[in-house]
Amino acid sequence: MSADLISLSIPQMLTGMRSGQFTSRALTEAFLARIAANEPKVHAYLSLAEENALAHADAADKRYKTSDPGQLPPLLGLPIAVKDLLAVKGMPCTCGSKILEGFKPPFTATSIQRLLDAGVVIVGKTNMDEFAMGSSTENSAYGPTSNPWDLSRVPGGSSGGSAAAVAASTVPAAIGSDTGGSVRQPASFCGLTGIKPTYGRVSRYGLVAYGSSLDTVGVLAHSAEDAAVVFRPMAGLDPKDATSMDVPVPPYKLENKADLRGLRVGVPKEYFIEGMQAEVESAVRAAIQTLKEMGAEVVEISLPHTEYALPVYYLIAPAEASANLARYDSVRFGSREQADALWEMFRGTRGKLFGPEVKRRIMLGTYALSAGYYDAYYGQAQKVRTLIKRDFDEAFKSVDVIACPVAPSTAFKQGEHTDDPLAMYLEDVFTLPINLAGVPGLAFPVGFDANHMPIGMQLLGPHFGEEILFSTAHAYQQITDWHRQRPNL
Amino acid sequence: MSLTRKEVDHIAELARLNLSETEKQKYQEQLSAILDYAARLQQLDTGGIPPTSSVLPPHSTLREDVAGESLPRQETLANASAIKDDQFQVPPVFE
Repeated sequence: MSADLISLSIPQMLTGMRSGQFTSRALTEAFLARIAANEPKVHAYLSLAEENALAHADAADKRYKTSDPGQLPPLLGLPIAVKDLLAVKGMPCTCGSKILEGFKPPFTATSIQRLLDAGVVIVGKTNMDEFAMGSSTENSAYGPTSNPWDLSRVPGGSSGGSAAAVAASTVPAAIGSDTGGSVRQPASFCGLTGIKPTYGRVSRYGLVAYGSSLDTVGVLAHSAEDAAVVFRPMAGLDPKDATSMDVPVPPYKLENKADLRGLRVGVPKEYFIEGMQAEVESAVRAAIQTLKEMGAEVVEISLPHTEYALPVYYLIAPAEASANLARYDSVRFGSREQADALWEMFRGTRGKLFGPEVKRRIMLGTYALSAGYYDAYYGQAQKVRTLIKRDFDEAFKSVDVIACPVAPSTAFKQGEHTDDPLAMYLEDVFTLPINLAGVPGLAFPVGFDANHMPIGMQLLGPHFGEEILFSTAHAYQQITDWHRQRPNL
Repeated sequence: MSLTRKEVDHIAELARLNLSETEKQKYQEQLSAILDYAARLQQLDTGGIPPTSSVLPPHSTLREDVAGESLPRQETLANASAIKDDQFQVPPVFE
């Protein structure tokens, strides 16, 4: 029974609980058993909340029995996991960093509060690159996460714990964050569907800040339908986040038909580059061909400033990070290195408790913002960001969605890039431009390479165009079964 | 673009980071390589191009400026490394 429960789609889980076929407790226990069996191999979680989860599951079951069916919240009793940089009151929130060891936020992020109001059961907080800085989850101060498809490979990052948690079927969906690809790249590496919404679509209140003009909260799940169901309650205006936008959130009703007539798909030539894994290019091109066979009109487009996105991102994001991470002074929260004087306490705490990548980006960002270099680096990067955004504005005048690879290669081996930061940054070359432009992106599986590692494609849409991404991927998933494959753990 | 050792010391001080000798050497090399890579941005003519600091429309969402509920003092202090008399405690600022 429990093996059957964990392989259901999220709508099937919700229908099953609503109709009384099984309880949230049975569902939650089935997933907790998967966690117990797989966690020693995968290490997707930084903290577990079993007791809390079972209490929430029992409360959900009680509501199913006693409430008017019309009054039931949409995700009642559904187990999920949350990336460890979203605040959940009373649960640890380390951000994968020693500097926040023991920190328990006294409030809950709006995105997560909305999911709790929708009825979810949180089973634990997932591993991540420290402060979301990384592409492999190897930058976690609490040890790396393994890719469930091959334990010697990385799950991607920075939401690698969330991706591995879903890929290992320890939860049906997990919440992640995406500042430069941190939902889409791990989704791609782990064979999942992951949504990075429009900037401003989901409140950032309670999302620990990395790059404030780029940060978004998203969902990783097996299918577009599962992701859409979990995503919807999170979206919308929040008075606690002045950058959240008052744009109506559609119901994301997805039709079960493989018909894409009338859809115009743009394929940017700059996203098929020399040096990328040949199997990635051929799988993505085959998926685009499938969209065409489903009736879509496919045209080649150009996003001419793509090659500048990487240097722009690695100036802007570290600059914002260097300001955001100034708050870790060990005064109001966080671990402290004792010292006799205040400044020495700041330097000692930050020098010792931040990991190498975080310090590297703080240094880079501090330099880019420092007197004498601001115009040449940060100022110029912001101007080029305008050119990158204009590329997308221009493209969406003639196409409805853009289809392209998520990453130049499939999941790489642990340790492969750890000594060369620039090589690691190049992993993000296809995901960063989307954050700079603030548009939404949806990654989903379109094949496997010779090592049986998943290959992902991303669909990009205009601002607040999440619905067309969900519906296009859902149509593709009607006639393909890449998203139904599971690793043998 | 290569970063001098003096610049690395200066940035570390601005960022309030105690770094070891090994770290300073490593960051000097790695940051120089990253800045070299970023130098390609200088090739672009951005005359007349406005900077983008936010992708949102110019007016963001404002709310009425009214006081909301605050966190209780004990909850606010609960995560601090050191407290004294219901306040955050730090080492002396002046010697």
